[in-house]
Amino acid sequence: MPDSPLIVARGLVKRFGDFVAVDGIDVEVRPGESFGFLGPNGAGKSSTMRMIGCVSPPSGGTLQVLGMDPATDGPRIRARLGVVPQRDSLDEELTVEENLWVYGRYFGLPRAVVQERAKELLEFAQLTDRASSIVEPLSGGMKRRLTIARGLVNTPDILLLDEPTTGLDPQARHVLWDRLFRLKREGVTLVLTTHYMDEAEQLCDRLVVMDRGRIVAEGSPRELIDTYSTREVLELRFDTDDHAHRLGDVDGIADRVEVLADRLLLYVRDGEAAHAEVLRRGLEPLSALVRRATLEDVFLHLTGRSLVD
Amino acid sequence: MALGTRIAPASRPMVRGGGWAVMAHWLRKYRRVWFGSAVSSFLTPLLYLAGMGFGLGMLVDSGSGGVGGVPYVVFVAPGVLAATAMQVGTGETSFSVMGGIKWDRMYHAMLATPLGPRDVVAGQLGFVAVRVLTSVTAFFVIAAMLGTVRSPWAVLAIPVAGLGGMAFAALMFAFAARLENDRGLTLAFRFVITPMSLFAGTFFPVEQLPGWLQPVAWATPLWHAVEACRDLFLGTVALGPLLGHLAYVGAWAVLGYVLAVRVLTRRMVV
Ligand SMILES: Nc1ncnc2c1ncn2[C@@H]1O[C@H](COP(=O)(O)OP(=O)(O)OP(=O)(O)O)[C@@H](O)[C@H]1O
Ligand SMILES: [Mg+2]
Repeated sequence: MPDSPLIVARGLVKRFGDFVAVDGIDVEVRPGESFGFLGPNGAGKSSTMRMIGCVSPPSGGTLQVLGMDPATDGPRIRARLGVVPQRDSLDEELTVEENLWVYGRYFGLPRAVVQERAKELLEFAQLTDRASSIVEPLSGGMKRRLTIARGLVNTPDILLLDEPTTGLDPQARHVLWDRLFRLKREGVTLVLTTHYMDEAEQLCDRLVVMDRGRIVAEGSPRELIDTYSTREVLELRFDTDDHAHRLGDVDGIADRVEVLADRLLLYVRDGEAAHAEVLRRGLEPLSALVRRATLEDVFLHLTGRSLVD
Repeated sequence: MALGTRIAPASRPMVRGGGWAVMAHWLRKYRRVWFGSAVSSFLTPLLYLAGMGFGLGMLVDSGSGGVGGVPYVVFVAPGVLAATAMQVGTGETSFSVMGGIKWDRMYHAMLATPLGPRDVVAGQLGFVAVRVLTSVTAFFVIAAMLGTVRSPWAVLAIPVAGLGGMAFAALMFAFAARLENDRGLTLAFRFVITPMSLFAGTFFPVEQLPGWLQPVAWATPLWHAVEACRDLFLGTVALGPLLGHLAYVGAWAVLGYVLAVRVLTRRMVV
């Protein structure tokens, strides 16, 4: 069965004491796809990833990874996973290449194979010229790339990436995205979490939006935007302490209006037309901006909150 | 999970020899500091035996003619040997264990592979065994050169002290793996390890202690390691007591290992 799903979760639950971090989620990830969990802090993304990575036992529901049960086949499954955890766990006292050698040995790979593979991976991670540098002083972006290279050392069937670019500057993020794109093109199955909607839009074929341990929506980025938002958004900023007071002024212009602390978001099919209407009514916003709708708008619509706080 | 009737502990290793890979990792880390570490393995006993043994020993010997009929330096050498094993062992399983969990998070990386907690503990303790045995051997060489060895049996003090060091290493591993921060480690060294290395028959016979403290000293694995090493050094060894000491220390070592695996599993597999 070439395209039977690699990961199947049904009613998956994770509890820490009385606290429910993951509250009965259903997920299916198919071979070769790039699947994302999008959600704000504390949504339960890492808890889910750790269960899939077979380092955290589920508290309820069922989970199958690579056709096996993590409760009984943890080591066998982990042998075929690559993991990029949210927080780096490199050996900072060792060199870049030593990190790969040491890690490869954990998968029982012969020394010669590991050294060969390390060369390719350093090439891939654009770290060849740093191969014999100690890890500790490297930049955040380099460490992240090394962590990804390390996660690939066993040629995994699935690569799990928990917030691969959080905390990196924009340039380092783009370098990383470029590397992940390449993996995607080569058919590696990627499962990633993020709270950046642009990252989700760029990297994910399909994603679930998570909030407070639950899945609130599922689909491709395009589908989600089409379903839960209009095509365009008109952002209006007024000279007022409370933008809710200006709701009446824009009545009837948009399908839906969201009130934020510092602006109104008007969900419309045609942003320019809506802007023209605003001007025709003689409203005088301090600023007006027409943009395409993003997953951020989807999230706002579904939960009434922003993704990044 | 609901139908989890098949039982397979998360710690069951799949890659054979996972522990060896962990041990190789620690040895690779150690390579960066081995020289300083080796120098101090030789210097520490030299300083101890010169200062405590000969300096202090001069006073003891002129005052009371030695301890139990032998010069003080001969009395103290096997005691410090066993205490050194304990210090090296606990030194390697305290802050580094906390680091593996909380700081550099190396254990998280290890456990994302086919390895289980058992491999992580066994591999690190394997490395610690190398450290303890080399330190004890260095100490033994210095002690022998200073003429404190009175019997060929003394060579056996190396593995005996080594076993003691490993018992403490495993116990310290279990303790460190429970802690939320390193204050507990500082307290353990200040109020358990250091007093034990002073009072468990290392520098003076336990009989010198107040009566109520003597049973405490006897209960420590260190006292048993010290007694066994001393008998071997002096050639006063008898099979029965030796086996008794070894069994006692060995039981602590096994307990420490079992606890370390259990505590690490509880801590990491959540
Ligand atoms: N080991 C734990 N013990 C207790 N509570 C935990 C534990 N791990 C996570 N939690 C709680 O579970 C909730 C979900 O955490 P999780 O790390 O899965 O969220 P997340 O979506 O990854 O968030 P972030 O974007 O901050 O990484 C949080 O409220 C967190 O405090
Ligand atoms: Mg997280």
